[in-house]
Amino acid sequence: MKFAVIVFPGSNCDRDMYHAVKEVLHEEADLVWYQNSNLESYDGILLPGGFSYGDYLRSGAIAASSDVMVQVREHAAKGKPVLGVCNGFQILTEAGLLPGSLMRNKTLSFMCHQEELIVDNNETIFTAGYEKGEIVRFPIAHGEGNYFCDQATLATLKANNQIVFSYRNNPNGSTANIAGITNKQGNVLGMMPHPERAVEALLGSADGLMLFQSIVQNWRESSYVTNV
Amino acid sequence: MRKVTVFVTLKQGVLDPQGKQIQASLNSLGFQEVEEVRVGKYMELTVEDGPNLAVRVHEMCEKLLANPVIEDYRVELEEAEVL
Repeated sequence: MKFAVIVFPGSNCDRDMYHAVKEVLHEEADLVWYQNSNLESYDGILLPGGFSYGDYLRSGAIAASSDVMVQVREHAAKGKPVLGVCNGFQILTEAGLLPGSLMRNKTLSFMCHQEELIVDNNETIFTAGYEKGEIVRFPIAHGEGNYFCDQATLATLKANNQIVFSYRNNPNGSTANIAGITNKQGNVLGMMPHPERAVEALLGSADGLMLFQSIVQNWRESSYVTNV
Repeated sequence: MRKVTVFVTLKQGVLDPQGKQIQASLNSLGFQEVEEVRVGKYMELTVEDGPNLAVRVHEMCEKLLANPVIEDYRVELEEAEVL
């Protein structure tokens, strides 16, 4: 499976994402600069964390309006996987690919530590390898990870099982303890915690590896069916 | 050219932790009368004049300058031409 890790000016988790896919998962991956890129040959798109455009205007807002997002939108519309982590999640909400918005942490402080998450939905291409209700440990590293949406949106998220990860001990004030959500179709996942920083025991947790393995497993099965 | 001013504020009902902290600081400085602070943004645009100026500026707000999920915006168009 071939992944594109999109690099914006100010991305800083692009190498971590690349390392997770290429060196730990042993799948193909390219770091793809956001300008003059062609995403057609990629099977999965990864939007890494960081501070694209220095968080100017709003976190993710400038990156969301860049040309490469037109291609990300097309890729998503075809049902192919898109994963946005941290700033990548912020970009996906700003681009309207996911509902809601990420606001300043309730405490106002930047937080960088490991959190326990609950796998609320294991029937997605990203979480099929986890048990439903399983507790996993991923690091968080954000100042604006406080997920906000209105009550009507929250009801829709719940009705469609779009809440994939929630915090066991909500660190940032997120609505309904939300840590990660998918779009309605289930092929776009945005999450604040970093699965790519939890892929080896040496990093403090290897719980994130299953997320990437689930994507690859699903891709293998679906491309097998397509090719038969 | 016309001068356009855009005010972006958080929607009512959206928590503003930054505003809350500023309010607490004002209170601790002795300004007990301050009950709420809401922080927003102020932007000045110099725009080429045209028949659809107001419509275009609203599009700019919807698409980029404000996030309609959490923010409201208000636009002021100055009458006078800017040289």
